[in-house]
Amino acid sequence: MTGMRRRLDDAGTMGYVVVASAALLAVASVVVTASPDGFVDLHIAIAFGAFIAVGELVRITLPGGRDAAPIATAGALGYVLLTRYPDGAAHHSALQVVAVVVVAMLVGVAPHAVVGRAPSVDSMARRVLSIGVAAAIYRGSGLDAEVNTLQDAPLAFIMIGVVLVTLVVDAVVAAAVRAGADRAPFFAVLRNEIRAQAGIGSAIGATGALLALAASIMGSWALPVFVVPLLLTQFSFRRYAAIRESSLQTIRALSRVTELGGYTESGHSRRVSQMAVAVGRELGMSDAELRDLEYAALMHDIGQLSLAEPIPGGATVVAAPAEQRRIAHLGADVIRQTGVLDGVASIVAQQAEPYRRAHDVRRRDIPLASRIIKAVNAYDDLVGESYETQRRLDALERLRLGMAYEYDPTVVESLSKTVERSARLGV
Amino acid sequence: MPELSLPARLYVALVVLGASVLLGFAIVNRPVGRMDIVAILLLLHVVSESLLTRGSRDMASITLGSVTSLAAIPLVGMWGAAIAAWSAVLAHNPEGTPVVKRLFNGAQMSLSAGAAGAVYELLHKGELGLEASDFPQVLGPILAADIVHCAVNGVLVAIIVGLHNRVSPVVVFQGTMARSVMAYLAYGLFGVSLAVLWDGAEVGPAAAVLLLLPLFVARWAYAQYAEEQRAYDRTVRTLMAAVETKDVYTRGHSERVSAASVLVARTIGMREDRVASLRYAGMLHDIGKLGVPTRVLQKSGGLTDDEFASIQRHPVQGLEIVREIDFLAEANAGIMHHHERLDGLGYPMGLRGAEIPEFARVIAVADAFDSMTTTRSYRGARSLDEAVVELRRCAGTQFDAAMVEALVRSLDEHGWNPETVQVFSPPDATQVFDQDRRAFDHDDPASSLVEDSR
Repeated sequence: MTGMRRRLDDAGTMGYVVVASAALLAVASVVVTASPDGFVDLHIAIAFGAFIAVGELVRITLPGGRDAAPIATAGALGYVLLTRYPDGAAHHSALQVVAVVVVAMLVGVAPHAVVGRAPSVDSMARRVLSIGVAAAIYRGSGLDAEVNTLQDAPLAFIMIGVVLVTLVVDAVVAAAVRAGADRAPFFAVLRNEIRAQAGIGSAIGATGALLALAASIMGSWALPVFVVPLLLTQFSFRRYAAIRESSLQTIRALSRVTELGGYTESGHSRRVSQMAVAVGRELGMSDAELRDLEYAALMHDIGQLSLAEPIPGGATVVAAPAEQRRIAHLGADVIRQTGVLDGVASIVAQQAEPYRRAHDVRRRDIPLASRIIKAVNAYDDLVGESYETQRRLDALERLRLGMAYEYDPTVVESLSKTVERSARLGV
Repeated sequence: MPELSLPARLYVALVVLGASVLLGFAIVNRPVGRMDIVAILLLLHVVSESLLTRGSRDMASITLGSVTSLAAIPLVGMWGAAIAAWSAVLAHNPEGTPVVKRLFNGAQMSLSAGAAGAVYELLHKGELGLEASDFPQVLGPILAADIVHCAVNGVLVAIIVGLHNRVSPVVVFQGTMARSVMAYLAYGLFGVSLAVLWDGAEVGPAAAVLLLLPLFVARWAYAQYAEEQRAYDRTVRTLMAAVETKDVYTRGHSERVSAASVLVARTIGMREDRVASLRYAGMLHDIGKLGVPTRVLQKSGGLTDDEFASIQRHPVQGLEIVREIDFLAEANAGIMHHHERLDGLGYPMGLRGAEIPEFARVIAVADAFDSMTTTRSYRGARSLDEAVVELRRCAGTQFDAAMVEALVRSLDEHGWNPETVQVFSPPDATQVFDQDRRAFDHDDPASSLVEDSR
């Protein structure tokens, strides 16, 4: 329960709104559908409900840590779009769709909850809402009766339209929640959200339409047969997400070798990377940029491994500028050796460059990620693990004095806000 | 592709000729009234094959061209399928496929589709197209067509690969079949699903879009995965190489221990996913050495108790670093215990015999082996034979005899050359460290820490 409350806190006001409206919709739909003549075609509902529950059970995490249940979502869309069955028309109402989806979802989530791996509440709420919207458009407006007179080919296109609307609604709601939680600009988050969901989302949508069309002639047998392509998709995504996660964990772990060697203070790279990502998010960086930023922040001191003697305390902020730059370039050279992290290498290479040199009015093209790491690294070198307010304020003051020349003012502003926030939360 | 040999060229010519004759017959006997479907399938086929070549090559398991081929058979029959499959010639390939290869691809796809279609029509009497009422009796002919498609395709390709690489086509064929038989069952399923929707549900070509889209996305995600896996591998290797800059004499040690561990693991028949984990364990086994002061690592002669203790801590410090990496859970034990000895005199915990995790027993042998067979500051590299003698001498007390024998066997089979194990060399390493001193080598069984300390 604490986990759930925490997640809600993180999600901010928008998160509350989404969860509350989904809960309202869920309760209303179950109550209305539970009345004696509110429920039709039990066998179809059971087939789709079971399918959704299983899909929920085999939920995956997408690369970047987003919760997803592709099979459950495709099943729910299929149920929304289903207008014919081999034995006649399928008449279930929009509210019945939501009720079946909600119940199936809870059934599928229950085993996860028992072992303490409950999915994030706001991602479930979001799915209930977007399915509700799809059902309202397609079944609530009478469109389903209308299209039943159509041939299947144009029907397929109408279905694709409904699916698209659903996916967009889902992305917008997700972005609104995330933007609130991360205090990031809405459109930047929406762009990230759409990019992250475009691939799997189109596979989900296509399968949803496929299930409805196929079930119209094959009945429930269509569900296990036509889910196979999506199953392959989900499998590939799971492996992709797993290797992404391992990769991040490994870089995080290996970034600590500099601490072990006594080159840097304990926890330094990790703190720098967390703060850098928070700042980068607030400044509206894309997922791909954030990933490079995180890697670069974790490995920013790797160049110190090539030093014969550790810098006292590992604080590069006290080293001479030329030395700082040399370490930065040594580190970048190491990273460049991988042959696959060139973006990260160039961020690391420029982490010690001043924002602007005195008497030099030309704009210099230092990557935003490098400017972030420079400021955050200096802050952490000055504050370290300390929780003292005075020390934090002193460090920020020192960065502000270097603003406009040494440090990027926008970055320092965002950093101060991040620091204040984490101080308030007592993190 | 280098120049084809004369037999290979003759073979290609024969296949193309055969398929051209088939095409001629197909055009004469074309499924009149269904030529619009043939045209759309042709287009789909080109698109699927073109997108295919862009993905990662090792996912041979989903070649979408075969899906459209198998869908074509019930829809437009053998002649229609043979025509549509020729379109593989037109597939776009970013790397630019030579004309000969394109012709061969088109010809062999067409022959496979024609043969599979002939079997289907032989077993399934009746008109072209699929109705709901055709089920389930149509499944048998479809399965048969699927198998024939798989076999003809496999044989035609195995012969050219065999002729080109001068290996037995039978061996090539067996290899391909072992890898792709499951995939072919899936193609059959997708093919019939597509045909059902197209014809039975009257969805038409939109069905192909709906069915193939998830498959394309799956391929894309798989390609991303493969790419990321490669990046991961290179990153770990490079970072370990950076860590090794502390000591020139151990340069490449991690890579070689990893390689030798894999040899041992394969010989004792370890499961492939565990081998993958062990490979990383071998790579990372000495990461904790970074916590040992350089002065101690490079010290000649005896060590004080403190210094000895700091060396003994390195497996634990290594574990500290890697333990948050979830998928390396088993590797953690290997890293932690790679200096345990069978007789219980090792460190850090003094485990005995079977208490020592399997990974650790493998790494211990690989570690000692590499240490002995490479040059150290205080001695040259020993020969493989000398190293084997030493390992066997210590088997049962220090090493697990089964692992030693497994290593010896795989050395006989695969050979071993420390130079050929690929080593990343980080920049600037040699200038920074002065290594010209006799070092204490904690991995060499001859240094025998245990005896020194007693």
